[in-house]
Amino acid sequence: MSQKVEVPEIGFIALLRYGWRQLTSMRTALILLMLLGIAAIPGSLIPQRITNPIAVRDFYINSPSEARWYDRFYLFDVYGSPWFSAIYILLFISLAGCVLPRSVEHYKAMRAQPPATPRNLSRLEFHQEFATSAGALDRADAWFSKNRFRVRREGNSLSAEKGYLRETGNLLFHLSLILILVGVSFGALFGMRGEAIINVGERFINVPTTYDSLALGKLTNEKSLSPFEIKLDRFAAQYDPRTNQALDYTAWVTITENDKSEKKVLKVNKPLTFGNSRVYLQANGYSPVVTVRDLQGNVALQGPVPFLPQDGNLRSIGAIKVPDANPPVGFVGNFLPTNQRLEGQGSISIFPELLDPKLLFSIWKGDMGLDSGVPQSVYRLDTQTLEKIGLGSVKPGETYTYPEGSITLETVVPWVNLQIVKDPGKNYALLGGIVAVLGLLSSLYGRRRRIWIRETSTGVEVAGLSKNDAPGLETEIDNFIQAVKEGK
Amino acid sequence: MTEWAYISNNLIYAAMAVFALSFVAHAFETAFAVRTPESKDATTGSKLVQTLDYKRTEKAARIATTLMALGFILLFGGVIARGISNQHVPWSNMYEFSITGALSFTGAYLAALRKYDLRWLGLFVSLAALLTLGTAITLLYRDSAPLVPALKSTWLVIHVIAAIISGGVFLFANIVAGAYLYLERLESRGGRPAWLQRVPTIEVLDQLSYRLVAFVFPLWTFSVIAGAIWAESAWGRYWGWDPKETWAFITWVAYAAYLHARVTVGWRGRRAAWLCIFAGSTFLFNYVYVNVWGTGKHTYSGL
Repeated sequence: MSQKVEVPEIGFIALLRYGWRQLTSMRTALILLMLLGIAAIPGSLIPQRITNPIAVRDFYINSPSEARWYDRFYLFDVYGSPWFSAIYILLFISLAGCVLPRSVEHYKAMRAQPPATPRNLSRLEFHQEFATSAGALDRADAWFSKNRFRVRREGNSLSAEKGYLRETGNLLFHLSLILILVGVSFGALFGMRGEAIINVGERFINVPTTYDSLALGKLTNEKSLSPFEIKLDRFAAQYDPRTNQALDYTAWVTITENDKSEKKVLKVNKPLTFGNSRVYLQANGYSPVVTVRDLQGNVALQGPVPFLPQDGNLRSIGAIKVPDANPPVGFVGNFLPTNQRLEGQGSISIFPELLDPKLLFSIWKGDMGLDSGVPQSVYRLDTQTLEKIGLGSVKPGETYTYPEGSITLETVVPWVNLQIVKDPGKNYALLGGIVAVLGLLSSLYGRRRRIWIRETSTGVEVAGLSKNDAPGLETEIDNFIQAVKEGK
Repeated sequence: MTEWAYISNNLIYAAMAVFALSFVAHAFETAFAVRTPESKDATTGSKLVQTLDYKRTEKAARIATTLMALGFILLFGGVIARGISNQHVPWSNMYEFSITGALSFTGAYLAALRKYDLRWLGLFVSLAALLTLGTAITLLYRDSAPLVPALKSTWLVIHVIAAIISGGVFLFANIVAGAYLYLERLESRGGRPAWLQRVPTIEVLDQLSYRLVAFVFPLWTFSVIAGAIWAESAWGRYWGWDPKETWAFITWVAYAAYLHARVTVGWRGRRAAWLCIFAGSTFLFNYVYVNVWGTGKHTYSGL
């Protein structure tokens, strides 16, 4: 906030003080603010890992050398990059260095009396002199207290001030920005976020092993997961028959927390809440329920296998891996909820509901490398080392037999993708947001003004001063004068 | 359902025709109010000074305003019919956002007209309404469709209304700042032509663009926060640097810088006007770029 820049004396403390003054000056804060806005731009033009990891991967495939250079400057992780962090951390230090001393000053000013009445009122705005009966100052005082001015009485004059809320709001607004930043950091350090695919009829238990992916904040661990269970009883999706567009997704669940069970409904805009954790309905698809038998008729695999949707009509791909069969087999599958065969294009799905479901697959034999320790996608089968032994399709209830065994499509169940988020900082951020808006309102619409009145030999004189050129003081002074005169 | 969409489209075409006529009437009024003196006036030297005489064109002005009101009513009907055909609020895609936006700024103009004589603005308002609706119905048109599940929330009403109003006021402030820059240049080169004499002084325009921004900045802040609250319940995070969010943030930062520059550093006039226009263009960029070419979670139903 310092206005003039002093030439620093030689010495470490002086240098620090000089640097601090520079950092907390209004000009630096403004430059940092503009820089923050400019620094946010590349992240909206270049794909970001946090929002679009697939586009980043494609970028790497299409132009690897360029991508490596981008990565050196954190251009795929702009909002977590050191240079972006540097800007906002400096900005917030500058902000704190400016706002905190001002808050102290403002607190003192609020407790102090308004400044004394200036000697020469005629030089000020809206100056008026008029005759009035005795007791004008008391009437003025009454009007001031009715209109909640702060008043200082000194001899034959009153000095009144109102509108501290403007500066209060201004400071609260800036302090609330710090609160939002604290909330965001708190959430990032102590929060967690994960996803899990659950078939209808299955149970999600909030332990790390149930998750398909789980990202923990830097200062938290797996023990902090809240203990709860969610059983997916039923899931229904509604689609517009004209456009095939999704209209509504509803999941009926039974939740268990602290040994108490309860039925709940989970929808896209209505997450479930468990303390700091919330569970969201994020995506859905189909799991064919299959039974794979070997030649002896022994069941090698039975159960639902989630398939991954590829388009709006939920054509889904997936892999059914049966390492326990003799010999081990795998199926590369294509599931169509409403199957239609088109000339030249093969089979496609023409509607996302299960109107005429069909599972198409190729069958592969050989070691799928599931025990090798190399992680692989559950939806894809690496067929490089495998031998193709057949090609088939089944509808629910049908069985397809191939030389080494058979596969039966028992039924099809929907699955949902649950997103589980724990964010202990979000309430601070929300509080910060609310205070920010309220603070802004009172700082932008608030009017700070002073009114003075002094008894003279002939009557009284009145004057006012409006800070920040806000309009409306003239009418207020007219009302005031009216109130002072009315006593005669 | 489709019948209502059909009615809506026809009403919007009708509104466009009426706005076009209103524009012509406004242009007529402006053009014929200008008077050129018959002979050279001794007091002003060799230059012929044109003056304005609005008494002559009072009838044209009334016709223009009546047409504007009629256009507004037709457009209002079109927006309502669109809402009925959709069975949801008519601002779920860029087309609907545009027609509702045009409805709100013509409405704001007509409301302000009851109190202030702003008829000089009518020429621009009718043209802007015509262009907005024209772009909407030719380039942005999408068939009336139900909402996708993620949009089914009361926040659609709150967040988007706040964004429409803030955006409208930001763009209006931009026009005022642009008018400031144009008139300031004209005045430094000698003076305004007659037809621009009804436009307020550049000092008033300078103040006005600041007032508009200061007035609506809290609403924009609220719109961003309301969006964050909605995002928290729909997507599981309140802030994720989605392109739309990023640009909303950039707009917010730019206007915050503008307000600081004016209030604490004391910027006025040309520099302030340019900063105001820069901030407004980030909003416009967000609206066009993210919806048309962008990716991210804010792209629904085509546009």
